[in-house]
Amino acid sequence: MKWHRIKALMTRHLYLYQRSIPRLMDIFFWPTMTLLLWGFVSEYLQQSNFSGSVNIVTVLLGAIILWEILSEGQHSLSVAFLEDIWERNLLNIFVTPLKISEFLASTALLGVIRVFLVGIVMGVVALFAYSFNLFSLGFYIIPFAFNLIFFGWILGLIITAVILRFGTSAQVLAFGIMFLVQPFTAVFYPVSILPKYIQYISYALPSTYVFEGLRAVVNTGHFLNSYFLISVGLNIIYLALALWFFYRMFARVKKNGMLTKLDS
Amino acid sequence: MAIVEIKNLVKRFDKFVAVNDVSFEIQEGETLGLLGPNGAGKTTTIQALLDLVTPTSGSIKIFGKEISENRSEILGQINFSSPYVALPGNLKVWENLSIFAGLYGIKNPKQKIEELAEIFKIKDLLPKMTSNLSTGQMTRLNLTKAMLNDPKLLLLDEPTSSLDPDIADKYRKLLKKIQKERNLTILYTSHNMLEIEEICDRVIFLNKGKITDNGTPQQLIKKYGRKDLNDVFLAIARET
Ligand SMILES: Nc1ncnc2c1ncn2[C@@H]1O[C@H](COP(=O)(O)OP(=O)(O)O)[C@@H](O)[C@H]1O
Ligand SMILES: [Mg+2]
Repeated sequence: MKWHRIKALMTRHLYLYQRSIPRLMDIFFWPTMTLLLWGFVSEYLQQSNFSGSVNIVTVLLGAIILWEILSEGQHSLSVAFLEDIWERNLLNIFVTPLKISEFLASTALLGVIRVFLVGIVMGVVALFAYSFNLFSLGFYIIPFAFNLIFFGWILGLIITAVILRFGTSAQVLAFGIMFLVQPFTAVFYPVSILPKYIQYISYALPSTYVFEGLRAVVNTGHFLNSYFLISVGLNIIYLALALWFFYRMFARVKKNGMLTKLDS
Repeated sequence: MAIVEIKNLVKRFDKFVAVNDVSFEIQEGETLGLLGPNGAGKTTTIQALLDLVTPTSGSIKIFGKEISENRSEILGQINFSSPYVALPGNLKVWENLSIFAGLYGIKNPKQKIEELAEIFKIKDLLPKMTSNLSTGQMTRLNLTKAMLNDPKLLLLDEPTSSLDPDIADKYRKLLKKIQKERNLTILYTSHNMLEIEEICDRVIFLNKGKITDNGTPQQLIKKYGRKDLNDVFLAIARET
């Protein structure tokens, strides 16, 4: 891997963001709106005493911020790839010495930057609008966020491979996949609420352990080391599978000639 | 020295044979025209050279090395341009060029871009949005991108197909000039016989994936007893 190539690809997106209002809104506006929505919901629940002894603001706001981190990780990888398809630039990129690993590394780093910005925006809004301090969760927020970015990136990788395979008709997945994951990964409610057979799916998702872990920290003050390790372990397994799948799909589209036709 | 050596290249898409047992070489400093009707397999051949398409069988060596095994190294020393591949319209011209300079690992990107912008007369376009360029300007930008890494081998897929005759003529003159100055090796596809006659040292006729003839434009015109390459093309295309 060569840093100058990774950097060049990242620069491409930074140039773009400077003057693209929709892309800046992705980072600054929509996360704020989401946070405000859930902030009002939690205030309402708190005031109406629905919540009993649970600290509803912390549970919901903490959950929504972590959720945005997960979806941002997925989104930034998939969209980074789609940008080049939309602009019919894919071939120019792939006739340079760029390696797939460098392409993926650049999207991963870009994802980390975006997640960091979204995290700051939401953290600040939560602090001022609802006096919710993200770091009241302690520095556990860091291992939580790490696992979520990791899993989000894996999902993005899988979606990108599917787009390679099925072409741009599959691009809706880049925007829709997270709605498919959300109910299963127990963002706002504990896994125990779910029907038994759905719980199996939940526990197969690395993100579930983060959201369960978040509630454990809020309720008991304890960080569940075992949950953290399971989450990392699952992520590593899925990463290996997703990379295998991506490289396979890439080889496939080079064979059937679809790589050069993705953008036409 | 042969810059490109293609031996028995076959590319099948399912049962359809797009490139059928094609072998040829390109010598250093040579401009080779790949000529043939639509669907002859020109683009597929170029894409195989760029490792964008995996051949079904056969061998492709560039600078004496198999492309599939030395992809990154070889791609650093060659470049490609085609009007069917765009540079992102939502970036400024200089941004696009500096990104590709980065991808190619150019030492002094700013200096290189200014130097090339001078040659290809796009200096005043550098601060513009790429989407605002005219087709002619876009072609010059594509060529500038293609020269960023000082390639030894340039693959041009129908570079003039979207240009009006006047601009196409200017493009060919410019290309010829830099070809001479840098002793560039060029593979050029087109179905415009006149331009092939003008800039190519040698021509390969491709039809339905097969090489049907090859030689210098003069040799072919003589061999078929025609007045120009256009008539030769018609003769070859219609007899097979
Ligand atoms: N990915 C693909 N799948 C199936 N057929 C293809 C594919 N790419 C090219 N072909 C076919 O291969 C033939 C050669 O195409 P191409 O190399 O683009 O021709 P040319 O550039 O000479 O016009 C055409 O008949 C085309 O339809
Ligand atoms: Mg073609």
